[in-house]
Amino acid sequence: MPQVTYLEALRAGLWEEMERDERVFILGEDIGRYGGAFKVTEGFFERFGASRVIDTPIAEAAIVGAAAGAAHMGLRPVAEMQFIDFISCAYDMLTNYVATARYRAGLATPMVVRGPCGGYVRGGPFHSQNVEAAFFHTPGLKIVYPATARDAKGLIKSAIRDEDPVLYLEHKWLYRRIKEDLPETELLTPIGEARLAREGRDLSIVTYGATVWKALDAAEQLRKEDNLSVEVLDLRTLVPMDDAAIMRTVRKTNKVLIVHEDTRTGGLAGEIAARINEQAFEWLDGPIMRVTAHDVPLPYAPTLEDFVLPQTEDVVKAARWLAKY
Amino acid sequence: MYRYLRLTRTLEERLVALYRQSKVIGGLFRSLGQEGESVASAYALQRGRNRDFLSPLIRNLGSMLVMGAQPIEILRQYMAKAASPTGGRELNVHFGDLELGFLGQISHLGDMIPVLAGIALSFKMRREPRVALVYIGDGGMSTGTFHEGLNFAAVQRVPLVVIGEYNYWAYSTPPDRQFATSRLADRVRGYGIPAVTVDGNDVLVVYEATKRAVEGARGGDGVHFIEVETYRRKGHAEHDDQHYVPGDEIERWARERDPIDRYVAQLVERGWAEAPELEAIDAAVKAEIDLAVDTCLDEPLPDPASALPGVYATPATTDPHWYRSL
Repeated sequence: MPQVTYLEALRAGLWEEMERDERVFILGEDIGRYGGAFKVTEGFFERFGASRVIDTPIAEAAIVGAAAGAAHMGLRPVAEMQFIDFISCAYDMLTNYVATARYRAGLATPMVVRGPCGGYVRGGPFHSQNVEAAFFHTPGLKIVYPATARDAKGLIKSAIRDEDPVLYLEHKWLYRRIKEDLPETELLTPIGEARLAREGRDLSIVTYGATVWKALDAAEQLRKEDNLSVEVLDLRTLVPMDDAAIMRTVRKTNKVLIVHEDTRTGGLAGEIAARINEQAFEWLDGPIMRVTAHDVPLPYAPTLEDFVLPQTEDVVKAARWLAKY
Repeated sequence: MYRYLRLTRTLEERLVALYRQSKVIGGLFRSLGQEGESVASAYALQRGRNRDFLSPLIRNLGSMLVMGAQPIEILRQYMAKAASPTGGRELNVHFGDLELGFLGQISHLGDMIPVLAGIALSFKMRREPRVALVYIGDGGMSTGTFHEGLNFAAVQRVPLVVIGEYNYWAYSTPPDRQFATSRLADRVRGYGIPAVTVDGNDVLVVYEATKRAVEGARGGDGVHFIEVETYRRKGHAEHDDQHYVPGDEIERWARERDPIDRYVAQLVERGWAEAPELEAIDAAVKAEIDLAVDTCLDEPLPDPASALPGVYATPATTDPHWYRSL
């Protein structure tokens, strides 16, 4: 089994789907001859040609709107946001047009909008954002956020095959940082299923995206230094959320820490905590606690960014506090 | 074409009556005075299953009827009936039929331009000899999505025809508060798109201009823009008393430039139709609308629980909140 990076796994999944289904096409800024800002689509233009690999003007609302129109007509567009920060320029198109299409008009809109998210890379306020909370609130959009190379591939393939519009959030800090052995056989990650990333007994960490790796590092440190057995749940899909998997881990360890890279207020952790409160209140032996970014725009300087974002050490400290509760 | 003009106007007049009886739920939007450009532009398309395609705005009822929307569907929509095309989920003319080739708008003006650019892109990618047509108003042309979508379509050279309606009023705002040029067409030429301005209340002129644009687009020469000068003789919606309109502007447009009156005069002068024929069409239209109203007036509103399914393909439905079963 060959070792592939997160980015290579994503590229392979996209490539396989374009080979498999001629309805699949990609559009975005600099994705053609240049191969994309992060080279996700390198080689696609040469293989699939200009009609299926479309370089667009800098116009995110047009990219998303055109993808929606093509999807109505039976094609399977995959739109790239060069950085996911720029998806806010298409917020209206996604939330008002795309998300409501099936409900208000019975329109199938099978499309994927994908793009690099997240910080820890010194990208500053406009190349580091996490945007899930802005779309999580709108019924009609699915959201996936892979943390592993396996899921980077498995989820892009499932997203393309899904009948609903899917936001595929990929973390640029993970692009070349993690490598995995992947089978050469078909790999599909079901949308809507969380993954138990590490088993444990004493405390659960519910997380997704890059902080899955922070949580795993923390869990290992807590095992060595505190003899704590920490379970880590990687949500993988944010909408629809796998409530059953969350409640399973809560019932097992009775203590839960929610970790995400996005800012705190109005972030997903609040919603996850509310669901646990409603569905598993009597199983809790301590308060549901959050480790998240601070509520500031993400600053550029390494000292500032590291301070604002949740770090492994933050997860360790919070987990220790909760374990003693 | 005369039938669709009359159908549009008579159907809207009937809706006004229903509105005054509180049968219409919510607002009522008239296209009085603009029926000509809606009907004539749609009439220039190839119609039928999986042929040309359009996306109307709120004052393009006529274009939808031309594409095959039925008066009873419009009535049911305005009365939020269970049997309406959207099952009571959306209002008025916000509905579509992909096969017949019309797509319901959303209220955010400009958004249909990128979507129709994408539909036209699909025609181009599949080498289908089909054309998409989309309407925009003098107000809607101020939006970012209009400009993004138009530029995208121009660059991709997709088969798209854009009808720009200069109807003098965007709600209560006149053109000189929307843009600093004198014509809509001036703003579009900068995108490398051929743009013409025509008398939107001359049905034959609109038809011919649209036909040329549609066949050009079908032949592969990209996007076309037609500015139609017309006049919105009613308010933004039925509640709007139009106090902001100066002098006798409305009466003058009604007296001198009504699109239906002018078309009737053309038909009779040129010997293409005689008054009794047109009267017979009027009577048939009235009978059709009478029957449609009788059929749907007492139909039920949607079952409340039908509000939950269909946000996604999967999961197929949303569960009611827990306290609903207490």
